[in-house]
Amino acid sequence: MSFPLLTATAVLPALGAVATAAVPAARRTAAKWLALLVSLATLVLAVVVAVRFEPGGARYQLTETYEWIPAFGVRWELGVDGIGVALMLLTALLIPFIVLAGWHDADPLETRSKRWRPTQGFFALILMVEAMVILSFEATDVFLFYIFFEAMLIPMYFLIGGFGDRAHQGGEEAAATQRSYAAVKFLLYNLAGGLIMLAAVIGLYVAAGSFSLPDIVAARASGELEMGANTERLLFLGFFFAFAVKAPLWPLHTWLPNAMGEATAPVAVLITAVVDKVGTFAMLRFCLGLFPEASKWATPVVLVLALISIVYGALLAVGQRDIKRLVAYASISHFGFIILGIFVMTSQGQSGATLYMVNHGISTAALMLVAGFLISRRGSRLIADYGGVQKVAPVLAGTFLIGGLATLSLPGLAPFVSEFLVLVGAFARYPVVGIIATFGIVLAALYTLVLYQRTMTGPVKPELVKLPDLRVRELAVVAPLIALLIFLGVYPKPLTDLVNPAVRHTMSDVQEHDPEPEVEAAK
Amino acid sequence: MSASAVHGLWTDLAAPAAEPIARIQAPTIEYAQLSPVLIVIGAAVLGILVEAFVPRRGRYHAQLFVSGVALAAGFAAVVALAVSGYATTGAGVAAEGAVAVDGPALFLQGVILLVGLVALFTFAERRLDPATHGNPVDSFAAQAASVPGSDSEKAAVKAGFTTTEVFPLLLFAVGGMMVFPAANDLLTLFIALEVFSLPLYLLCALARRKRLLSQEAAVKYFLLGAFASAFTLFGIALLYGYAGSVNYGRIAQVVEGTVQEVSPALAGTMGNDVLLLIGAALVTMGLLFKVGAVPFHMWTPDVYQGAPTPVTGFMASATKVAAFGALLRLLYVVLPGLRWDWRPVMWAVAAVTMVIGAIVAITQTDIKRLLAYSSIAHAGFILAGVIATRPEGISSVLFYLAAYSFVTVGAFAVVTLVRDAGGEATHLSKWAGLGRRSPLVAAVFAVFLLAFAGIPLTSGFAGKFAVFKAAAEGGAAPLVVVGVLSSAVAAFFYIRVIVLMFFSEPKPEGPTVAVPSPLTTTAIAVGAAVTVVLGVAPQYFLDLANSAGVFVR
Repeated sequence: MSFPLLTATAVLPALGAVATAAVPAARRTAAKWLALLVSLATLVLAVVVAVRFEPGGARYQLTETYEWIPAFGVRWELGVDGIGVALMLLTALLIPFIVLAGWHDADPLETRSKRWRPTQGFFALILMVEAMVILSFEATDVFLFYIFFEAMLIPMYFLIGGFGDRAHQGGEEAAATQRSYAAVKFLLYNLAGGLIMLAAVIGLYVAAGSFSLPDIVAARASGELEMGANTERLLFLGFFFAFAVKAPLWPLHTWLPNAMGEATAPVAVLITAVVDKVGTFAMLRFCLGLFPEASKWATPVVLVLALISIVYGALLAVGQRDIKRLVAYASISHFGFIILGIFVMTSQGQSGATLYMVNHGISTAALMLVAGFLISRRGSRLIADYGGVQKVAPVLAGTFLIGGLATLSLPGLAPFVSEFLVLVGAFARYPVVGIIATFGIVLAALYTLVLYQRTMTGPVKPELVKLPDLRVRELAVVAPLIALLIFLGVYPKPLTDLVNPAVRHTMSDVQEHDPEPEVEAAK
Repeated sequence: MSASAVHGLWTDLAAPAAEPIARIQAPTIEYAQLSPVLIVIGAAVLGILVEAFVPRRGRYHAQLFVSGVALAAGFAAVVALAVSGYATTGAGVAAEGAVAVDGPALFLQGVILLVGLVALFTFAERRLDPATHGNPVDSFAAQAASVPGSDSEKAAVKAGFTTTEVFPLLLFAVGGMMVFPAANDLLTLFIALEVFSLPLYLLCALARRKRLLSQEAAVKYFLLGAFASAFTLFGIALLYGYAGSVNYGRIAQVVEGTVQEVSPALAGTMGNDVLLLIGAALVTMGLLFKVGAVPFHMWTPDVYQGAPTPVTGFMASATKVAAFGALLRLLYVVLPGLRWDWRPVMWAVAAVTMVIGAIVAITQTDIKRLLAYSSIAHAGFILAGVIATRPEGISSVLFYLAAYSFVTVGAFAVVTLVRDAGGEATHLSKWAGLGRRSPLVAAVFAVFLLAFAGIPLTSGFAGKFAVFKAAAEGGAAPLVVVGVLSSAVAAFFYIRVIVLMFFSEPKPEGPTVAVPSPLTTTAIAVGAAVTVVLGVAPQYFLDLANSAGVFVR
C-alpha cells in the first residue's frame, strides 16, 4: 500500500491544530510559529499532491479507500480530480497567509484567567478548518464529504464569534453583541442547509444503496441505477440548498456580510476565499455528478438566481459604507459568476468557474487582508473615516489598488481570465444571460474604484497623517499574493491544464456538449 | 331435569375425586438467565438491611460499595449471558414466559446498568456543596421526612444526617428498568413499570436545596405517573379480555388470527377488535408517557427541573432507555399485526413530538428545563426509528438510546458543577461567560450540546443518522424531513447556550464551577468519551446493536 498522501494532507493540519491548542498559555508566540510551520508543511504536501497528479490520467487519482462505518455504508474514500487539486492547493496556499496576517489578532487584551488561551485557540481553529476543508475537497464518499462539510461549521463559528474585529464603532459591548449575532446567523443558516442536505443524503442512500460518488456515477451512466425523475429532483434540491447557503447564492446570502463584517480580516478571508468554495465545488462535483437530469431541469432557475446575485451583490456593494461589508457583497456578486459558470453547462463556463474559484480566493485575500491592515491602523471600518492614504502609505495604497483591480477583473490579472471564460461560456448557450452578467463587471469597476478614490485619494484626513505603511510581516503576506495574481493573469496555463480534463468529465456526466459556433449561419 | 343440565360449575363439584388432585407444579425459574436483575434487586434489598443495621457513620461507604459492586456485577452477568449466546441464537423466554432473554433485552439492560453506574457516581458526589457543621453533604435532603424550613430539618442538618436510602432506591429503579424492556407479558410489564417508577417518585422529592420545588415535582410526577399507570393497567385488562392471555406471544397470535380457540370465560369479549384497539392504545399511551412523547410530555420539564440534578440525569437517560425498549417490544412483538393501525398514529406522535419539543425549548431560560424539552425532541427522533417496522429500526433505536443516555447523564453531571450561593445555578443568564472562567468544563458541555444537536463526529449524529436512515428505508421520508427541520430549530437553542458560555462577558456575581471529587469527574469523562467514541468510531457498537436487534417471541 502506498503512502496515504491525501489523508496525510488533512491529518497534518488536524494534528497541528491539536498541538497548537496544547501549547502552554505563556508560550503564545510558540503557538503562532507552530501554526505557521504546520500550514507551510501542509502546503508542501499539497504541492506534492499537485505534482503527483497527472491531468490527463484517470478521473480520480491518488485514491484511498478504507472501511470506516460499514453499518452505514460509509468508507474513508478519498480521491482528487483536477478541480479538487486546484482548490486544495488554493486552501493550502492561503492558510499560511491567513495565519501570518492574523498574527496579532488573537493576542489577549488582558489576562482573565490563567487557563484562558485565546491565541492558541485561534490558530488551532484555523488549522482545524483547513483540515476539514481539505478533506471535503478530497472526499469521494458523499457521507464522508457531508461529515466534514457540516463539522467545519463548528470551528468556523468559534472563529467568527470568539475573535471579532476590534475596530468596532459601538465599543466593546456592541461589538460582542454584533459578533455573536453574526456567528449564530452563520451557524444557523449553514446548519439548516446542512440538515436538509442530511435528509437528501439519507434519501440518496435509500435510492442508490451506496455513498460512493464514482460508484453511483458509474451505475447511473451504465443505466444500472434508475432514479425516478421526482426523486432525483428532490434529492438535487436537498443538496443544492445546502451548497447555495454555503456559496452563498441570493436569497440565502444574508449571513455573509454579517459574518465577514464582524470577523477579523483573516477570518473573513477564510470564510469567503476558502470555506465558501466548498459550496461551489460541491455543486460541480455532487449536484452535477449525482443528479445530471435534475441539474438540467433546475438550470433556468439557478441561472436567474445567479444573475440576481451578480447584480444585487454588486449594487449593494456600491452602497456600502463599511469596507469589509463592501468586500462581502462583492464576493456575493463573484459567487454569482461562479455558479453561473457551473450551470451554463459549457466547458468554458465550468473551466472558468473553477478558475474563478481559485482566482477569487487569491484576489479577495489580497484585497481583504490589505483592508484589514488598513482598518487595524485606523480602528474604523467606515469608508468615510479614510482619505488620502496613498500620500502617507503608498505601498499600502498600491497593493490595495492591485487587489481592487483584480476584483474588477482587469486584464492582466488572474480573475480576468476566469471571468472572461465564464462570460464566453454563458454567451455560447444563453446570450441574454451573458449580457446581463456583464453589468456585474461594470458595477464591479464602480464599487472598487469608488472605494479606492474615497479612501486613498484626496486630502489626507488629520487622523491619518501618521499612518504607518505596511510592515515587513504585512508585506510578506501581500507581495506573494499579488505576484500570484499577476502570474496567473499572464500565464494561466498550468491551472487550465489541471482543470480542463476534470471539466470534460463533468460535462460528460451531465451529457452536455458545447454548442457549435454559429459563425457559418451568420454569414 | 337430569344432572347434565346443571350448570357446569356445580357438576364439577358433584363429581368429586374422580381423578386425584393435580399437584401444583412449581414454576421453573432460570436463575442464571435472570441473574442480572436478581443481582441488582438483591443488592437493593441488601442496601435496605445496611440502612437498618450499619451505623450512620459507615452507611455512605457501605451503600456506595454495595451499589457499585451490584451494578458492575449485573453488567458482568449481562455480558456473560450475551457472550454465551443468549443475545442471538440462544434467545428465549425465562420464568414461565414472563421475561424475555434476547438481544434487545440484554443490550438495553447493559446500557441501563452502565448508565446506572455513572449515575451512581453523581449520586455519591459529596464535594460540591461546602460541608455543613463539618459534615460532607450530597445533593439529597438531610432527612426527607422533616418539613422544609422547620426546626427538625435544621436539627437533621446539624446532626449531619444524609439520605443514604437513595442508593437502594437507585438500585430498585435500575432493577425495574431492567425488567421493563425484557417483560414478555403484560403483567410483568406493569409490575416492572411500578417497580422503577415508585423509587423515582421518591428520589425526585429528595433535593437538598429548593426542597419545595423538588417535592412539588415529585407530587406532579407521582400523580401524572399514577394516571399513566392506571391507563396502562386498564389497557392490559382490555387486551386480556381480547386475547385471553397476557402473554406477548399469545396475544400476537390472537391478533394475527393463528389461534382461534376461545376461552369459555371470555366468550363474550375474545376477538373483539374494539377491545384490542382501545387496549393497545391505552398501553401504548402509558409507555409514551414514560418516554415523554407529546401529548404526554407535560410532566417532563417540571420534574426535570425540580428533581435533584443527579436524579434528573439518571431519570432522563435510563427511563428513556427502559421505556423505549418496552415500547419497541410491545409494537414489534405484540402488535406487529396491528401496524397498519398504529403506524399512522405513531407517525403523528413522532412528528408532533419533534416539532413541539424543539420549538418550545427555544423559549426556555433554565438549563434543566431546556434539557427537558430537548429530551422531548429526542424522544421524537427515536420514535421515527421505532416506526420503521424493520430490523434496522430496532438496531438504530438501540444505538440511539445508548448514545443519547450517556450524553444526557454527562450533561446533567456538568449542570451539577455550576453553582452559586443558592446551590446549582440553573438559570441560563448565570452561565454567561462560563467558557472564559472554566474553559474545560464549558468545552465538555459544548461537546454534549453539539452531540444533542447532532453535529457530525459526535455520537448524536451517528444515532440520528441511524434512526433517520431506518425511517427513510421504512418509507417514512416525510418524517425524516420533519426530523431534520426540527433538528435545525433545536440546533438554535443548543447553540445559544454555547454562545452564552463562550461569547458573553462573565458577570461579576456569576456562579463558580465547583471542583468535584473523582466521582463526578469520572461520570463526566465517561459521558464525554462515549460521546466522542460513538461519534468517530461507531462501527463496533452499531454491529453490537445490529446483532442484538432481534426480539424473541
